[in-house]
Order: sequence, then C-alpha cells, then structure tokens
Amino acid sequence: MVQVTLSGTFQQVAGGISTLEIEAKNIRQLLGGLEKQCPELKSEIEKGIAVAINGTIYRDDWFQPIPEDSEVFIIPRLAGG
Amino acid sequence: MSGIHVSTKINGDAVEFVCDVEETLLDVLRDKLGMTGSKEGCSSGDCGACSVTVDGRLTCSCLMLGAEAEGHDIGTIEGVAKGTQLHPIQQKILDHAALQCGVCTPGFVVAAKALLEKNPDPTETEVRFWLAGNLCRCTGYDKIIRAVMDAAAEMRGQ
Amino acid sequence: MARNPDADNAPAPKAVKTSTIEFDADKAKSFKVVGSRPPRPDGMDKVTGRARFGADMVMPGQLVGLILRSPHPHAVIVSIDTTEAEALSGVKSVITRDDFAENADHHDVLCNIMAREKALYEGHAVAAVSATSKAVARKALKLIKIDYQILPHVTDVDLAMAPDAPLLHADMITSGVSPVPTKPSNVAGRSEFGHGDVEAGFAQADVIIERDFKTAATHQGYIEPHACVANVGADGMSELWCCTQGHFHVRQVCASLLGIDVSRLRVTASEIGGGFGGKTTVFIEPVALALSRKAGRPVKIAMSRDEVFKASGPTASSSMNVKIGVTKDGRITAGEGEFRYQGGAFAGAPADFGAMSAFACYALDNVKTVAYDVVTNRPKGAAYRAPGAPMSVYAVESVIAELAGEIGMDPIELRLKNAAREGTKSSYGPKFGSCGLVETLEAARDHPHYSAPLGPNQGRGVASGFWFNFGGETCSTLNINADGTVAIAVGTPDIGGSRAAMCIMAAEELGIPYERVRTIVADTSSLGYNDTTEGSRVTFSSGMAVIKASRKAVTEMCNRAAMIWDIPAEAVTWEDGHAKPSGANAGDFEPMSLAEIAASASKTGGPIAGHHEYNADGAGVSFGTHIVDTEVDPETGRVDILRYTVVQDAGKAIHPDYVEGQFQGGAVQGIGWALNEEYIYGEDGRLQNAGFLDYRMPVASDLPMIDTVIVEVPNPGHPYGVRGVGETGIVPPLAAIANAVSAASGVRLTELPMSPPRVLKAIDDAKVAAQ
Repeated sequence: MVQVTLSGTFQQVAGGISTLEIEAKNIRQLLGGLEKQCPELKSEIEKGIAVAINGTIYRDDWFQPIPEDSEVFIIPRLAGG
Repeated sequence: MSGIHVSTKINGDAVEFVCDVEETLLDVLRDKLGMTGSKEGCSSGDCGACSVTVDGRLTCSCLMLGAEAEGHDIGTIEGVAKGTQLHPIQQKILDHAALQCGVCTPGFVVAAKALLEKNPDPTETEVRFWLAGNLCRCTGYDKIIRAVMDAAAEMRGQ
Repeated sequence: MARNPDADNAPAPKAVKTSTIEFDADKAKSFKVVGSRPPRPDGMDKVTGRARFGADMVMPGQLVGLILRSPHPHAVIVSIDTTEAEALSGVKSVITRDDFAENADHHDVLCNIMAREKALYEGHAVAAVSATSKAVARKALKLIKIDYQILPHVTDVDLAMAPDAPLLHADMITSGVSPVPTKPSNVAGRSEFGHGDVEAGFAQADVIIERDFKTAATHQGYIEPHACVANVGADGMSELWCCTQGHFHVRQVCASLLGIDVSRLRVTASEIGGGFGGKTTVFIEPVALALSRKAGRPVKIAMSRDEVFKASGPTASSSMNVKIGVTKDGRITAGEGEFRYQGGAFAGAPADFGAMSAFACYALDNVKTVAYDVVTNRPKGAAYRAPGAPMSVYAVESVIAELAGEIGMDPIELRLKNAAREGTKSSYGPKFGSCGLVETLEAARDHPHYSAPLGPNQGRGVASGFWFNFGGETCSTLNINADGTVAIAVGTPDIGGSRAAMCIMAAEELGIPYERVRTIVADTSSLGYNDTTEGSRVTFSSGMAVIKASRKAVTEMCNRAAMIWDIPAEAVTWEDGHAKPSGANAGDFEPMSLAEIAASASKTGGPIAGHHEYNADGAGVSFGTHIVDTEVDPETGRVDILRYTVVQDAGKAIHPDYVEGQFQGGAVQGIGWALNEEYIYGEDGRLQNAGFLDYRMPVASDLPMIDTVIVEVPNPGHPYGVRGVGETGIVPPLAAIANAVSAASGVRLTELPMSPPRVLKAIDDAKVAAQ
C-alpha cells in the first residue's frame, strides 16, 4: 500500500481529497488505482501529470518501482525551455 | 523582369551578378552567391548579424542594396580566414569559448576585425561601444569582449 | 533555523532504483577529461560562417513560402477567397485552413499554425503561398481576399479574467475548480499548491508584507528567426530541414497534422541560432510541408523579425499578489501568493510552474500558492528558460528583501535561516533530495562582491532561484572507427556547446584523448525518439546515454581482447584506454589499446558499437544566488548595472566554459527582462514594438563583465554528479535587480520592466509623497 498525496489542483478535481491509499508496486499500477478511486482524475492523467517518488520526478515511467514507505506526490507535468 | 547587372569585388575576388532593384546586398550574398555566412536577423540594421565591410567600413548588408555594391570592395566573413589560417579574433573566440549558438559570431568577427584595423589598442569600454551594434542573446557578451581584447593584444605583439 | 516538523523526523528519502546510474564519488576524485576546457567540435564552422543554420539550406527547385497574417487581434474569418492568388503566374500552391484536417491530438497547435474559425491575435496565420520568387509570393498574398468580422479584443490578463471580457473560446471551461463552472471564460485552469495553514502562520508573524506585482510579456529574443525547408515527394516521403530544439517532436507533430506516417518524414535539425524554449514547438513547419505537398516542390519559409515577435511564442505577462510573514528574529511563518499569467490565445501559460517555484527556496510550515492560466488575444506563448519561474520569484524575492529591511536582518542571513535543504518539504509537495541552495548562499555571502563598497545612488540586491530540471526520452549511439577514433550520434540539438560535453564524457569513459571523439546531432531516421532539448536536460540525459553507450562499447572491446587472448571475458578489464588481463592469473598479455582492438574488429566479429535508449530520470534541481550592484540616475531614471555575480550549483561542470556561459547568458536575459524588454500593445490590440530597435535587448555597452562561481553539490542520480544548469540563471535576476534598484533609489518598483520612465515616475512620486 502506498500513500499518495495529490497536489492542490488535483485535490480540487478529486473533490477535495488530498491523500489516498493505493495498492501499487509501480507507477502504472498507481495511475490505474488513482483512476479507479477517483474517476474524475482520469482526464487530468490523460492530459499529463508527473509523479514524484521521494523527491525524484518521473514523467512517463510506467514500470518505475515504488518502494514501500515512499513519499509519493502527483504534480503537474513539468516542462522546461 | 529586368535586372541590374553588377560588377564588384568580394573578399578580393571579382564578382558579377544580376539582381532586382529591391534586393539587398544581404539577399544577394545569401541567395544569389551562396554566401550564407552573413545572417539575416532583423532586416532593419539592428542586430548586426549581417555585418560586412564596404571599402573597409563596417556596414549592415541588409541596409544596402545589391546594386550599390557596384565598384566597391566588399568584405564578408568568408574572407576573414586565409585558407586554414584563422584570424586571431576567430582563434580567440574559440579559445575563450566566446560563442554558444554561433549565429551572431560571423557578425562579431567582421565587426571586431573592422574595429582593430581602426584602433589596435581599444579599452574595454571602446570595444563594448563599437560592438553595441551586434546583438548576442546567448553569451551576455562577457567572453566575446575578453576574446576581442585578447586578440587585440596578440595582434599588437603582446 | 526554521522549524519544519516534517524535516525533523523524516527519514532520508530512500534510494529508488532508477534507469540511471548513481553518482560515483571515487571516480569523481580522479577525472582525467571531465572538468577540462577543450575547444568545441563545431567551433571552427561557427567562427568562419560555414555552419549551416535554418535559413542556410537550399534544395534544388525550391520555392519561396510566405504566410498571410491577420491584421486584427480578434475576428471571425467569414470567408477566404484564394482564386486570384492561385491564378498569378509563378504561384505554385496556396493553402488555408481547408488544407488541414481536424486533429484531436494537436488541436491547439493546429489552430495556432493556421487559424480555423477565428483569428485570435494580430499576426495569426490565415493563409500561405509558395511561389518562384519572394516578389511573386508577396503579390500573391495581396490577392488573397479575406472577409473578417471584427470582434472586441482583450490583451491584459486581469481584464481577460473579468466577467464581461471578450471571450476567445466558446468551449473553455476552467479546469481545476470545483464545482465545474457552467459558463465558459478566458480562464483555462486554476492550480493550487502548498501545505499547512497560512492564516495560522500569519497570526504568528511579527511583520507581514503584502504587495501586488506586474510583469510584461517578453520574447526569448533568439537572433535566428524560425526557418525551414520542406520537401514532400509525390509518394509522401518527406524531408524537413529546420532550426529546432526538438526535431523528433517536430516530426511527430507534423506527421500528425499532415496525416502521414512518422516513418515517411525525415527531419534534420540544422544548427540553431538560439531557442531558449521558443523553438520547442512548431510554427511554420507544417505550413511549409503542406505547401510543398501541394506544389510538388521544396518550399522554404523564413520568418521575418516582425513575424517572430508577432507570431512565434513569447512568454507570459503576469499580475501577482504575494504576502509573506516573518518573526522579528527572521523566521518565515507563512507565505502566500496568487499568480495570474496570460499565455496568449491558447491554454498553457506556465502559471502552475510559477506557483510551484515561487517559494521553492524556502523551508516553510505554511505556504499556499494559486495559479491562473488565462488566454488573451496575443500570440500563443512558448517556453522561455525556466518557464513561469522568473515572474513568481521576482515577486517573492522582492518581498523577502523588504522584510529583511524591516527586521534589520542581512538578506542572505534571512535566506539561510529559512533555506530549503535536503529533506525539506518543498512548497510544491515532494521533499527535496540533495540540493545546493545553502552552498550558493554561503558562497555569495563570502564573495568579495558582497562586501565591496558602494557610492552615491548605488545599491546592491540579492536573490535566489531554482529550476526543476528534467530527464526525458533519450537515445545515443557510439561507434568505434577502424582507426581508433570514435563517432557519437545524439538526438538532442546542441544549443549551448553540449557536443563538447558529450565528447568529454565519452573520452573519460573510454580513456582516450578528447580529440579522438566526434559527436554529431543525428536526424530522426538515424536514432530512436529523443525528447526536445529543454528542461536543462541535455548534458544530464544525453550525457548519461553516452556514458552508458561507452560502457557497452568497452564491454564489447574487452570481449574482443578476451577472444584474441583466448581467456574468459570476465578476466579482462578496461583501464586508461586499454584492455588488460584483470590479474596475473588471467595471463601475461600486453594491454591492447582501443585503436588496436578497433583495427582488428572486422576479423573478431565486425564493427564495435554501443548504444543506449531510455527514459532518463533522476535529474537534480539547480539552485542559484545572484548579487547585483546598480546605479540609478535620479534625474533620468536610468539604471546602470555596475557589477554582477552569478553563484549557481552545477552538480559537476563537465566543460566549465559552457557552464559559465549558461550562467552569464541567463543573467543577461534577466537583466533585459528587468530593465527594458516588454511587449507593448496599443488600444487596438496590435503590437507596437515588433523589432529590435524598440524591443530593447541588452547590448555589449549596457553591461559589465558577468562574474561566475560554479558550486558543485553532486547530483546523486548521475555518475558524474551532473545537474542541469541552463535555466536557473534567468530566475534570480529580476528580483536581484529590483532589490538593487530599490536600495539605490529608495523606491520599490513592483512593475517590470523598470524602464527609465517608470523609475523616474516612482522617484518623483516618492518625493511628492514625502512632502
């Protein structure tokens, strides 16, 4: 089980929920779990999000493992210039 | 369509071309003569990327008509190095890493060369004001100024 | 020390298995090539004018392409009649919105490169022609008849948010708000970040300062206008030469917009004359391809400078409010900000990045930032070096400077007292891993600049900033040539000298001289997909790919040596550019150099190569602190930059000259943004200053030398400790300069740019107020 914190934007979309518990060993399972628990997040996920695991930001890595006790955040999909 | 027949000298070589009335010297160099070293950054004489010399005088080739080249000596970036022998300004720009994207570099080389031919011992302020007509967006000018001062010193034999 | 309850008890973030290699501290102590300053491989071509940029390509039979652009900032395009233009002798193709099918994947990009129902900004493309000469093409544009139904327009971000504002998109419903709005507006989205309880935090503060700020839109200002040559064959096989930061992205988008297979489009990235984020998307490329397809000949399009200002992608203008509270002894108890950014005619202003980075330098218990992404009748914005961060950090760092003054604390001490460190919960959520903010603050404080004396009308300002930096999809191939030299292909266009860094890293791994390695940027048919050059990612991501490819080549070369010596592969090691038996037991063989192994490669199994394709992660954040001295002339409002020092964390500077170059370039763009650059719109919604004369970028005579200090706090996610450095440099200058101007003149400017008329007015107003 992983505890996931939604950053503010996604909290609003998910109807005010800020943390969720999801059964997930990697990012793909995490996203699937998020969509199941909060169907409203589906469109945001499709538009593009990033996942921070213990401070490292991942933008697309489905099979990036999520170790137990990780700090996991959902944040906007970042880009640079 | 009638064109204007022009006879001129570019980098010491006799050159002839036919151009339209409204074509600039920059257009002619790039599109008619295949000399793409001079760059088009603004077409209004504000960025200096098209810098050439006309009878030794630093000029924006985008502000001059191709027809006006008749009878003059044009100097472009292509004529600065002599074969494989770089001009000290070119070498110092490489040594000081005074370029990032490099699109403004030909203009700076031509402009700096014109400066040092006029004033072989400029102060940093004089270099900065002489080169104020050449825009660079990547480097912040620091390394370019150092390179030009260093080239000037070398050319003075110091 | 600021209290951050999370940091007190938090376990250090656990190392996560990544696709990258971790920092090798031992190797870092004994670099042979990394950290040196050799000449860059493309330098010779650039100082001689031989290098070929976007507009330098010529294809046989090529036509001139020109684009017709809307003179109105907002109008319905009722009808377009191209018959006369098509009939003009010398015109080979004419295209309009009818030549592009609807596209769900890239709808906004499609509408931006060629207007569909409405023209949404002055300069919006509405049609295009290809012809045998520029003169004919210009005549043809004049013959295109467009019936516009003019609509009211809006260019200011706050006015665009007002309930009665002219509406750009009838289907724009603000995302990120609950409940979902029932009516459309110009607000594309709202984002919120933060933690804690700001009200409670403010209640604990002894001093609270709240200010409003505005910044104007600016342009990346690259000297090379967008240019491309497109060549579509009758069988759909297409080639495109263009100046871009991401030719793989260009291929993907153009193939989609034109309805062709990705494999049928081969994009070659020319040398690029500056990008800074502005060339990470497409503008003229799909148009050139469509013209070429219709004409059956290559088409060249080069934007004029006027078009670059009006129809490429400037950055957002902003309207912001920031409120920060501190205790008398310098602890920040709460930070709050609202950031409203307009990103032009389509959604995507970097307001959320602004809100995420605003307070990033601080360890805060209570922080809340809200961002609004707003559309206006202006060109669609593109990224500009740390998109969104310079504006929000300008606001926050200005207030921090005022607070430091109020409580009588040194501004660097105040920042150190509240600085984000490893383990700090960031204002955007996740905890920071290793980071070097404190090191840059200490280096700034200890730098002679910080304690140098100042004269009359002179003042000093300080500010810190940061950028996230990214990884992304990256591929690299490395080939060992028969003569022992090495050829590397990467897929990330070189905008700052990165090819030199690639050669350095390969030379380090292979143990051969730098001069024996050559790196090129390959076209899209020669490598797997590469994300754009952006996000300060190339030295990190392509560098890592090159390191991994080098290691694979080394493994293969050890195999070949093992075969030649007839010993097991495990018994061979690589050292100083040579394969050696790993120990006395392995056998008594003379080491074989890379060149020797390469010379016999055809006989030992064929050419030797290494390659690596992956999605990079583990990019390390980069913090910076800038110090600037200004002199303000109280009679004219003119601001002179007297002295500037950039202190920034690079993790590990692979080629220090080019790291310094990034620091200096970012700082000077920031100087321009702070003092002179702005998009000026008239009441008519038209851009008043679309040229370099009146859009005033810094020139050499405006500036002093820019001093640089490279701090190196290694990034644990990269074998050499590399952090991206390209973007952070533009984040602190706006506030650092505003703080210096305030110190020099006694007035605080909360609107950028601080051009002489504005500074003078502020000084005069202050004089009147004092009476």
